[in-house]
Parts: sequence; C-alpha cells; structure tokens
Amino acid sequence: MNRRTLLASAALGLGLSFGGAAEAQMDKVKACFVYVGPIGDGGWTYQHDQGRLQLIEAFGDKVETAYQESVPEGADAERVLTQMALSGCNIIFTTSFGYMDATNAVAAKFPDVKFEHATGYKRDHPNVSTYNARFYEGRAVQGTIAGRMTKSGKIGYIASFPIPEVIMGINSYYVHARKVNPDVELSVIWAYTWFDPAKEADAAKAMIEQGVDVIASHTDSTAPLAEAAKTNGAVIGFGQASDMAEYKPSPRVSSIIDNWGPWYVKRVGALLDGSYEQVDAWEGIAGGEVLIGEITDAVPAEVKAEAEAMRDAIAAGTYHPFTGPLNKQDGSAWLGEGEVADDGTLLGMNFYVEGISGEIPQ
Amino acid sequence: MDFYGINPAVLIASLMVASVPIMLAAIGELVVEKSGVLNLGVEGMMIMGAICGFITAVHSGSQLLGFLGGAAGGAVLSLIFILLTQVFLANQVATGLALTLFGLGLSSLLGQGYNGIKPPPTGMVPYGPLADIPFFGRILFTHDWMVYASIAVVAAVWAVLKYSRAGLILRAVGESHDAAHALGYKVIRIRVMAILFGGAMAGLGGAYVSLVRVPQWTDGITAGAGWIALAIVVFASWKPWRVLIGAYLFGGITVLQLNLQASNSFPIRIPVEYLAMSPYLITILVLVIMSSGRGKASLNAPAALGRNFHASR
Repeated sequence: MNRRTLLASAALGLGLSFGGAAEAQMDKVKACFVYVGPIGDGGWTYQHDQGRLQLIEAFGDKVETAYQESVPEGADAERVLTQMALSGCNIIFTTSFGYMDATNAVAAKFPDVKFEHATGYKRDHPNVSTYNARFYEGRAVQGTIAGRMTKSGKIGYIASFPIPEVIMGINSYYVHARKVNPDVELSVIWAYTWFDPAKEADAAKAMIEQGVDVIASHTDSTAPLAEAAKTNGAVIGFGQASDMAEYKPSPRVSSIIDNWGPWYVKRVGALLDGSYEQVDAWEGIAGGEVLIGEITDAVPAEVKAEAEAMRDAIAAGTYHPFTGPLNKQDGSAWLGEGEVADDGTLLGMNFYVEGISGEIPQ
Repeated sequence: MDFYGINPAVLIASLMVASVPIMLAAIGELVVEKSGVLNLGVEGMMIMGAICGFITAVHSGSQLLGFLGGAAGGAVLSLIFILLTQVFLANQVATGLALTLFGLGLSSLLGQGYNGIKPPPTGMVPYGPLADIPFFGRILFTHDWMVYASIAVVAAVWAVLKYSRAGLILRAVGESHDAAHALGYKVIRIRVMAILFGGAMAGLGGAYVSLVRVPQWTDGITAGAGWIALAIVVFASWKPWRVLIGAYLFGGITVLQLNLQASNSFPIRIPVEYLAMSPYLITILVLVIMSSGRGKASLNAPAALGRNFHASR
C-alpha cells in the first residue's frame, strides 16, 4: 500500500465513522499491541503476549493481531501508535504506564480507533479506556506464605520504582506477613529498574547475605529466583507477573500471574458485537486478571491451606487486603477498625504502613 | 564481626563475584586500546558472549565449553569490527556503536527459545579446610573458578604488556603506528589480534553473567555492563592492575549500596536515590581526581587511539 492509498483509506475510515453509527457491529477486528520490553522477558511483556495469543484462539479469523516489542516510553511510542492507527488497527492496547500521554495524544487524532491503556488513569477522550489489575491482592497471599515460612524472621521485597502500584504491593505483603508473624521484619531494596537481571540478582544476593529468607520481587526477570536457587532451598521466593514454573517446587513456591487474556477477549468481543464502551477497569483475583500460581509442596500443607483460604476470601469479596485497623508508618491512623481502603487512596498510595522501616524515595 | 548486619567478609566475597564480568570486558578493551583501537562495541560483544556461551553450555552440558563458546561468540562479532575498521578503514567510534546495536539485536534473535532454560550448574572448587580460615577463608576460598581466572587474566595482561617483547610491540603500535610500521611490524595484524582478544574477553565476561551470576538467558541481560567496562579502562588510565581496582570499586559500591538498603539496623538512613547513583558518582569522582593530579594519568592514553592506519600514508 503506498502512501496515497493509505491516506485515502484513512480518510475513508474517518468519513465512515462520522457518517455512520460508531458502535456498529464489526465483522473483523484488527487488534494491535505495544510492548515495553521483549516478549522473551519471561514476565510482564510475555504475559501480555500470552493474552494476545488467547485472543487469536478465541476469535480465529475474526481477529487479526499485530504487535511491536521494546517500544520506548516517550516520543517513539507516539510514532508507533500513529503508525498502527494508520495501518488499520481498530483497537490498540498500550501495555505500560509510561505510554499514558502518548496514548491520549494519538487517540485525539483517531477518534474511530479504540485505545486501551494498561495501568494508567488518563481517559481524556471518549475512545480511551484504561485497564489494570489488583496485584496487591496477590501480594496478600504471598505475605501470608512469607510470614509463615520465614525462619530468620526477615523477609524481603525487591521494588522497582516508587509508584503507587509498587508501594501497594509492599504494604500488602508486609501487612499479611505481620498478621501471621508479628515479629517479622521487612527489607526493601529499590532497584530503580523494571528489568536488569544482574542488578536484580545482586539485590537478592544482598538480602540473602543479611539473613532474609523469603524474597518477593516487583521487577520483571527471574533473576531473584535464580539467586535464591543457589541456596539449596534455604531461601524461597515467588514468580512475578508470570508463573516462572521452571523454578518449581522451590525456590518458587507460588506466584502472581497477570492474566490479561480474558480482558482482551472481552474487549475485542465487545467491539465485534457492537457493545463496546469506554471503561476504567480494575479487576483482581475475582475477575480472573490476577491468578495465584500453584502453591508447591515446599510449603507445609497447613500454610498452603491458609494461603488458599486468603485467596478464596479475596475472590469471594469477603475480605479486602487493606482492612483496618491500620496505621501509617508515622503512627497516624489510616483505617479504623473494619474500615476498607477506597480505590482512590490505593491508586495514589505514597506511604508505608506502620512497622516498615526505611523511607520511600520521593 | 558484623557492622549493622553487614558482614565485611561476605561483602568483599560478593563484590569479587559482582566485578568479574566488567573486569574481564575491561581488561580485554584495555589491550585493544593499548594497540590504538577504540572499540565501543564492548556491550554488543558481551551480550553475544552471553547468548553464545549459554547456547553452548545448554547443548553440551558443560560449563567450561560454555565459556569457550562465549569467548568465541564475542570474538566472532569483533570480526565485523575488524573487517570494517581495519580493512575498510571505517570510523571506529561509529562502527563500535553499530556493533553494540547489532550485537543486542542478534543476541535477541539467537536467544529465541532459550528463555526459561537453566544452564548446567556451577561446579564449586573443593577447598577443604581452606574455606574455614576465619575472615580470609570466606573472602578468598568460596568462589567459582572464573573469579580466580579473571584475576589471572589481569596479571597475565600486566606481565605481557610490561615485560614481554610482544607487549612492547603492542604498545608501540598503539603509540605510533607509523613508527611501528617503519620498523617493520605488521600494524594491522597486531591490531586484529588485539581486537580478537578484546572480543573474546568481553564474550567471556558476558558468558559469566548468563552462566554463573544470573544463570539464565533473557534479552538484554548484560544491561549496560559493557559501557561501565569502557569507563573503567579510562578510569584505570590504561594500567591493568588499576582495571582490577576500578572493577572492584564499582562492584563493591554496587554491592554495598544494596546491602545498605537491605539493612534495617544501619544507623544513618541514606536516601535511596543517593545510594543508587553512588557507584556512578564515585566512578566520576575518582576519574576527576585522578586526571586533575599532575596530569600524568590523563596523558597516559595511547597516542594513536582511535586513528586508523593505512600503509600508504
């Protein structure tokens, strides 16, 4: 297709959308994906791509997909998005927080293309939706296991960047570890990266050398598990974003799996049958977006049962991981007895809960 | 002997391990630069070494063969650099940068299907009672053999450059290729061998990352270590033992800052941002101090560094 016919078809597309019903049924949808890392990262981007594959499985010929890997979060993203919109994508999923502004800027220029931005909060135009997952629910399950399993009383969390999503995870992990083990002590290392296997391994190693024996990570690679594996079972950890099953049964004793497939199937399905609407979605264990990977036999049966009960209670909606009484780190009251944190507070979370030492980098 | 939960013996032991990849890559690049060639493709050669070493180790089941494969991978990639800069006389800076970009892409292609596979485990050297010596046993006798091999390489490079005729010729080529040529030395041939050595060392460093330090393959696994290696060569003012010091300093501060973050009992809370930037900050600081001294260190760069040679001139 040369540029002239490209522009002509784009103009035709625009004309159609102004002339006809915008939410009409479609025979075929082209769904495009923008990835922040390589599919081979084994974590975050890999899971988004699994979601894309589920989409193909669900709709067969009715869906066509395209993706681009390792798109930097910045001006490049806007260029890639424009290119995708021009090449006939009906719906574009932008799968990292840093694409937020680019997504909204390009969405303004292509009102008949649907944009879905993962983990963001800006919906400046009617064709922009956002979707996110309640990873902190999975952290509650991990915290329970960590509190029960630690022998040294020291647990660790390899954090990426000081953003609300990560702080939510740290707080949830600690709160639930302390619930089953009041003396537990948490070490946090800020790696300032989503993906740097050598640095993640070094962080895990530093923790292990200081007696930490349960490590959770919020970075994307399997390096912390590989480091824990060198201790012959003395240190355990969790799969992050992906199941990381190759480290079963130990050190990987459980995992948080980001399961984006159902969401992608639902949204493209809505586009096909004409029921598509702008939304702000934040699903968790109940919605199937957050899965808890198999808890292995390296964990005693009663701990496993306790963790699974936690998972099921969250799924059933009978328990919220941030239920009072909870104080902030400085001792001031945050949630009263039985009070539950609202989503607004969680999405802007910038404080530790009481008991965690250290400061959040600002 | 713990200082607020940080055991100095453990810390030194782990900084020795953390420094191996950058030390190997830097000592290779030092030889390349001593011959008057500036190869900025260290990162690309490292990551090629990481994937080639990984593939070899997985298929052969032998870690030793993996390291050889890694060295070969780095050296093969450096052949492209040799072809472009030594035969076609292309600009070395641009070619080196292109080599890094190419290496990153090619390694990602080669690595398709190698995610989530574990390489053969690292065999521990049997130390017997040596490891039980207090303090020094923990520092010196707990490592895999590559840690010692990397120090041996530094010592060998130092000895060759300082005491052997081959080292003298290499330095002559790097200081004045025209004079060396007039004396009858094969400038291009010597540089080709130096670049191949540099590629092999970078590949070895990369293989250490994917086989020992983070025993797995993921795209972009070296994450910029090659650039640090380049900085360390300048930092070391082209002296082999200073490469070792530079690598240990950088590795040491990296390990220390992580330990300080993990330690909840350390009395002074240093903000994390400063800890995270400290390895780079201190590298820059030492660089400034060293080059501001009587000017000797900064003048130590090989005179013909980055200049192409052709016999017709």
